[in-house]
Amino acid sequence: MSSTNYAFISNYAVYSAIALFTVAFFAHAIEVAFSLRNSGDKTKFDFTRTKRSGDLGTVMVVLAFICLLVAVVSRGISAERVPWGNMYEFSITGALAFTGAYIFALWKYKIRWLGLPVAISVLLTLGTAITVLYVPSAPLVPALKSAWLVIHVSAAIISGGVFLLANCIAATYLILDRYEENGGRPVWALKLPTLEALDQLSYRLVALVFPLWTFSVIAGAIWAEAAWGRYWGWDPKETWAFITWVAYAAYLHARVTVGWRGRKAAWLCLFAGSTFLFNYVYVNIWGTGKHTYSGL
Amino acid sequence: MTTNTELDARSSLRWLWRQLTSMRTALILLLLLGVAAIPGSLFPQRTQNPLAVSDYFKSNPGTAKFLDQLQIFDVYSSPWFSSIYILLFVSLIGCVLPRSFEHAKGIRAKPSLTPKNLNRMEFHAELSTGNLDSAEAWLRKRHFRIRRDANSISAEKGFMRETGNLMFHLSLILILIGVALGSLFGMKGDAIINVGERFINTPTSYDVISFGKLQTEKNLNPFSITATNFKATYDLVTGAPSDYKLSANVANEVGTTEESKVVRVNSPLTFGSTKVYLQANGYSPLVTVRDKSGEIKYQGAVIFLPQDGNLTSTGAIKVPDMQPQVGFIGSFTPTYERAEGGGAISSYPEVLDPRLLLSIWTGDLGLDSGIPQSIYRLNTSDMQRIGLKTLKLNETHDFGDGSITFEGWTPWVNLQIVSDPGKIYALLGAIFAILGLLMSLFTRSRRIWVKANINKSGVEVAGLAKNAAPGLENEIASLVKGMKG
Repeated sequence: MSSTNYAFISNYAVYSAIALFTVAFFAHAIEVAFSLRNSGDKTKFDFTRTKRSGDLGTVMVVLAFICLLVAVVSRGISAERVPWGNMYEFSITGALAFTGAYIFALWKYKIRWLGLPVAISVLLTLGTAITVLYVPSAPLVPALKSAWLVIHVSAAIISGGVFLLANCIAATYLILDRYEENGGRPVWALKLPTLEALDQLSYRLVALVFPLWTFSVIAGAIWAEAAWGRYWGWDPKETWAFITWVAYAAYLHARVTVGWRGRKAAWLCLFAGSTFLFNYVYVNIWGTGKHTYSGL
Repeated sequence: MTTNTELDARSSLRWLWRQLTSMRTALILLLLLGVAAIPGSLFPQRTQNPLAVSDYFKSNPGTAKFLDQLQIFDVYSSPWFSSIYILLFVSLIGCVLPRSFEHAKGIRAKPSLTPKNLNRMEFHAELSTGNLDSAEAWLRKRHFRIRRDANSISAEKGFMRETGNLMFHLSLILILIGVALGSLFGMKGDAIINVGERFINTPTSYDVISFGKLQTEKNLNPFSITATNFKATYDLVTGAPSDYKLSANVANEVGTTEESKVVRVNSPLTFGSTKVYLQANGYSPLVTVRDKSGEIKYQGAVIFLPQDGNLTSTGAIKVPDMQPQVGFIGSFTPTYERAEGGGAISSYPEVLDPRLLLSIWTGDLGLDSGIPQSIYRLNTSDMQRIGLKTLKLNETHDFGDGSITFEGWTPWVNLQIVSDPGKIYALLGAIFAILGLLMSLFTRSRRIWVKANINKSGVEVAGLAKNAAPGLENEIASLVKGMKG
C-alpha cells in the first residue's frame, strides 16, 4: 500500500473512533438517566437495570481505543515516522493516551462513572483535531529528525493524558463537594465514589506520572542540546513545561508535606493541569519560539 | 545592653532562617517561581529574539520603556527572578541538608522502641499462636531492620523512600550548580561562512560572540572548519526542508591534518566541551563589479539573509573602491516568480531559476563615519538611486559608472559555536533526580511490631504505613501465616 492509502486509513479510523465515542457517550448517558427509580418518597439508583447500557459504553470505548490505535499507527506508516510531528497528530495520539489511561484506571479502580466525562473530552479533542488542526501527512523538518522525538514526545503525551484524567477527577471532586455542602448529592451523582476516594485517586495519578513528566522535560533538554546548542533557553514551550512541573511539584509537596487534602488540593491540581493545557494550546497556536513548526 | 541587642539580632536571624526553611515558605517560593516565569513567555526576550524586542520598542515606546524598567524583556536574568530561585535554593538547602544528616544517623540507629499501646495502630491483631522467634526469622528474611527486645520486636523497612527523596532534592542543587558553571565559564557565538571558506576559531571570525562572566577569549579552542559542501533537501510539494547536510574538513589544531566530517541539525561537531551546530543556511550570490575601464573593483560571494521559507534573500553589496562609491540593495530569488503587485519572490527554496534584483546607488557609503554598519544593509542617507535591474544568471548590467555581473551563487551556513562546561553536571543532576524520584515513589515505608502477650500465649501484631501506602495489610497477613507455619 502506498503512503496515501495509509493516510486515508488513518483518517477513516479517526472518524470511526468519533462515531464510536458518540455511541459510548449516549450509552453512558442512558446508563445514568434510566437507572433512576422512584420507590416511595425517595429517588434511588438501580444500576442493575442499566448495566447493559453501561457495558455497551465500555465496549464502545475499547473499540474506539482500537480505532485510534489504528489511526495513529497508520498515520505513522504513511508519514514514515512517529506520528507526533504536528498538533493534529499530537491531538489524536493524546486522545489515544487519555483513552488508554481511562481503560487502565477502569480495570484497576472500577471507575466507570468517568465514562461520560471521558467520552465528552475525547469527542471535543478529536472534533477539534479533525476540523481545525488537520494537516496532510508529510515528512518532518530536519530539527525533528531524531530518536528523541519518540522519547521526548511520547513521554509528554502520556503524561498529558494522565494529567487530564487527574484533572477530570479533581473537577468532579469540586462539583460534588459543592453539592454535598448544599445538602447532598444530586441523584445522578449518587453512584460516584466518595469524595475521599476521588481525592486519593487524583493524587495517585499525579504522583505516578510526575516522574514521567520530569523525564519528558529532561529528555527535551537533552534533545535541545543536540539540536539547538543549549539544553535550556526559556523558549515559551520550555517555560510552560517548567511552570507545569513547578505547579505539580507544589501540589505533591502541599499534599505530602503540608497535608493539603480535598478542596484546596483539587484546586491546585486543576491549576497545574490547566498550565499543561495552556502550553499545548497557546504556545502551539499563538506562541513564537522554537517549538512552533509550520502547519501547527 | 550590647549583649541584649546582639541576642535580639541573633534570635531574629534565627527566626528568619526558620521561616525561610519552612515548608510553607518553600511552597510559596516554588509557586512564585512558576508565576514569575510567565511574563517571559508572553513578552519577547532579548536573549532569544532581540529583533522582536526592538520591534516592540518601536510600536509601543511608552509601555516598552516602562516594561524595560521592570526587566520584562530580560526576565530570566533579572534580579527579581534570580532572587526567587536563589531564596528557593537556600530554603531547599536549609531543609534538605539537616534532613540528610538526620537520615544518615537514622540508617545506623536501631528502630525505635515498641510503643506501649499497639491497638491504636493502623493494623492490629491479637493471635493466640506464634512467637517472637518465628516473627523475627520472617522479618529478617525480608530484610527488615530489627530491634529485638525482651518481649517485643520493632521492625522497619523502606529507608530508600527518604533516601530517594533526599537524592532528588540534592540533585536539583547539582543542576543549579551546572547552570551556574555554564553561565560563568561558558561561551556562545555565531558565524556565517560561505561554502568553500574556512572558519578559524578566533574572536574575529565571529559575527556575534559572548563569553561567560569568568571566561575570556584566550580560552577558545584552536580548531578550524572548512565548509566543503552543503546539501539541503526539500519536499517537492510543500517546499518544507527535509534534510540539511554540511560536509566539512576539520582540524583540531589549526594547521594539523584535516579530517572530513559531516554536520547535521541533530548531530553537531564536538571539540572537547565546545560544540558546533548547524543552525541556519542561505545563499550568497557571486558578483563581479567593474569600473568604466573594465577593471575589477569587487568580486566575491555576498551573504544575503533569507526572508521566508523559500529563501527569498536580501542583502547589500558595497563597493567603496569606485569613484563615486557604489552600493547595491539586492534581493536574490533561488526560484524566481513575480510577486503580486510587482517585485519578485521565490517559489521554491532550491536554486532552479535564480534572479538577482538590484537597486543601484551612488554617493558616499558612509563607511568612514566611524559608526558601525550592518553588512546586510546599505546606508543610503548620502546616496542617490540611479537604477533598478533584474539580472539572470551570467547577465551583466551596465549602470553608467561601471557594470555588475551576476556570476553564480554559493550556499552559506550559520555555525553556532557553544561551550558549556556546566552541562555535564546538569545532566548528572537530572539523571540522579529521576532515579531519586522513582526510588522514593516506589518504596513503601512501614513499621511492624510484634509483642509477646504477657498473660496469655501468642503474640500481638501491629503495623503502620507511612503516607497510607497500600499493601501493609497483605504483608501482615503473610507474617501471621509465616509465624503459624
